Amino acid sequence: MLEIRDLSVSIDGHAILTGLDLEIGPGEVHAIMGPNGAGKSTLSAVLAGREGYDVEGTVRFAGHDLLALEPEARAAAGVFLAFQYPTEIPGVGNAYFLRTSLNAIREANGEPPVDARSFLGSLRSHMEELEMDPSFSSRAVNAGFSGGEKKRNEILQMAMLEPTLAILDETDSGLDIDALRIVAAGIERLRSPERAFLVITHYPRLLDLVRPDVVHVLRGGRIERSGDAALAQQLEQYGYGPRPEPEAVGS
Amino acid sequence: MSDAIREVIDREYEFGFEGTFESEIAPKGLSEEIVRFISARKQEPEWLLEWRLAAYRHFLTLEEPTWPNLKIPPIDYQDMHYWAAPKPKGPAPKNLNEVDPEVRAMFDKLGIPLSEQERLSGVAVDAIVDSVSVATTFKARLAEAGVIFCSFSEAVRDHPELVRPHLGSVVGPRDNFFAALNAAVFSDGSFCYVPAGVTCPMELSTYFRMNAADTGQFERTLIVVEEGATVSYLEGCTAPVRDENQLHAAVVELIARTDAHIKYSTVQNWYPGDADGNGGIFNFVTKRGRCEGARSKISWTQVETGSAITWKYPSVVLQGDDSVGEFYSVAVTNAHQQADTGTKMIHIGRNTSSTIVSKGISAGRSQNTYRGLVKVLRAANGARNHTQCDSLLIGDRCGAHTFPYLEVKNPTAQVEHEATTSRVGEDQLFYCRQRGIDEEEATAMIVNGFCRDVFDQLPMEFAVEAQALMRVSLEGSVG
Repeated sequence: MLEIRDLSVSIDGHAILTGLDLEIGPGEVHAIMGPNGAGKSTLSAVLAGREGYDVEGTVRFAGHDLLALEPEARAAAGVFLAFQYPTEIPGVGNAYFLRTSLNAIREANGEPPVDARSFLGSLRSHMEELEMDPSFSSRAVNAGFSGGEKKRNEILQMAMLEPTLAILDETDSGLDIDALRIVAAGIERLRSPERAFLVITHYPRLLDLVRPDVVHVLRGGRIERSGDAALAQQLEQYGYGPRPEPEAVGS
Repeated sequence: MSDAIREVIDREYEFGFEGTFESEIAPKGLSEEIVRFISARKQEPEWLLEWRLAAYRHFLTLEEPTWPNLKIPPIDYQDMHYWAAPKPKGPAPKNLNEVDPEVRAMFDKLGIPLSEQERLSGVAVDAIVDSVSVATTFKARLAEAGVIFCSFSEAVRDHPELVRPHLGSVVGPRDNFFAALNAAVFSDGSFCYVPAGVTCPMELSTYFRMNAADTGQFERTLIVVEEGATVSYLEGCTAPVRDENQLHAAVVELIARTDAHIKYSTVQNWYPGDADGNGGIFNFVTKRGRCEGARSKISWTQVETGSAITWKYPSVVLQGDDSVGEFYSVAVTNAHQQADTGTKMIHIGRNTSSTIVSKGISAGRSQNTYRGLVKVLRAANGARNHTQCDSLLIGDRCGAHTFPYLEVKNPTAQVEHEATTSRVGEDQLFYCRQRGIDEEEATAMIVNGFCRDVFDQLPMEFAVEAQALMRVSLEGSVG
């Protein structure tokens, strides 16, 4: 579904990613871990189409040359990024924003706008699942939200937009235990054979709740090694330092 | 306004009005003869001619204001017509598709094709094309409630006892350069009188259309609301695309007696000029209201998207004790537009309060200035003002400027001023685009959100139109 080949990214001549390869199949959950500054957030930003990076290499996604698409076209193709720091948009209501977003994506895919009633019904039920107060839908997008509320709002948007590739950029950071449980449950509910996840995190605790199929360590601008869920536990124990076990898979 | 416009246009064709108006254009130039000509064409009483002539003579002693933060090209006051009455172009139009391509195009662009609009029965309209009022709707129904709503010319003819004492009593003929010019040559406008205790049964609206080339438009609006009465008034305007600049110098006077409420909303969409700054309307307007009686309230709401240059300060003189003045403004400038707009709140009575919310949006190479005066006179014990002045920049070649003036002569007054300047952020745009919303749509959404506090003040129908208008006026400002 997602095939990244030899991806190199630099910003103002400073190399961040240097020849990264990554393949994610439908229904798979991949976690990316790695030390600060390894380029985890850069990878998510480049996949979503943020400007300001010098990008080389190829990214194929569901038949698209992803790097050639505008950010909104990537969204329409099914790429969703849950932001590490969701932006505030004062004066624009949450529900209005989400409906505009949903309809823009539907329009790009040749589908009619969503019916107002079924939109509100589905919004309400997803908000209940995420234990969000009903007042959220009329509050301005992320304006005055706490860190945890913003993250929950990202999961709400993901649930409503039903992407085929969801990239979660440190969605767990800044969450307390309860919020983490709610967010993780929200992600688990969306797992399906058609949908892939790329979960970027610092902490294995999210991966206890959302079990990944593959865990990658991003270091030195590329995937340094990959393993199963157990790799996250080893990292927790030994850190990112020299490889603790010779048989771990390098890349 | 959109439906209101359609209403008028429908009427035009329904009644084949284009044949019923005398077609006439006065020779170019400004002189005592022209002032007499206009007054004679309108069969005005002697007192009004004298009033005009006095204004004209005073005008000759004045110079254009130089204090605004505007670059105004020289205006040749002798090189324009001061009187034009609509005349049909060619054969009479058979349907809406043959008429007024600019209005039609504008509304097509807004996604509201005129021909498909439903008749709206909630708004009475006075439609003014060039120098004359061409239609006033719902007069009979308003008359039942005792409300007088008609063209200024009719008011002079039929209700001189209501016009004469109030004309120029809020904005005097010597008030400023453009007000003096208007007093000398004003051609028509709207008049509204709401008697004591009456809540006007529908929204009133004036729709201005500037049509003829090389013609100035000088209309006057006078609204008198008696004790305990209430009115909501809407004003809209458009002009065709022309290479030359055209002058619009209007005067609006509002008078609110004890416990009277006036809400005056404007969506100003005069032609702003092309992307290179050629053409467009010079909009030099004096609007002022007097809260004459205790507990009276005047509220101005304006959405200014058009005009090459806007010079406009809708103000309130808070004379009655406990009277309230409000000014809610959105001013959008794009391309080479310039706006110097704001308000004056003059606190005279005790416990008077005023609120100013100004949202300036600059894009392209435009310059957007807020200029506001809060003046508290010595007697105005307990006066209060709150000013919120926010600027939003789109791109890096435009400018936003704020000139707040405070003159407080009473120590018990409370005056607050808050100002912010922000940019439509890359982060906001990327966030929206990642959610599938393209840059233009995202910008419109962010800007509309920024204006929310002001749009919430508009009557529902205007609010929807204002949002659509913002989108059009910001087109091409991104990417």
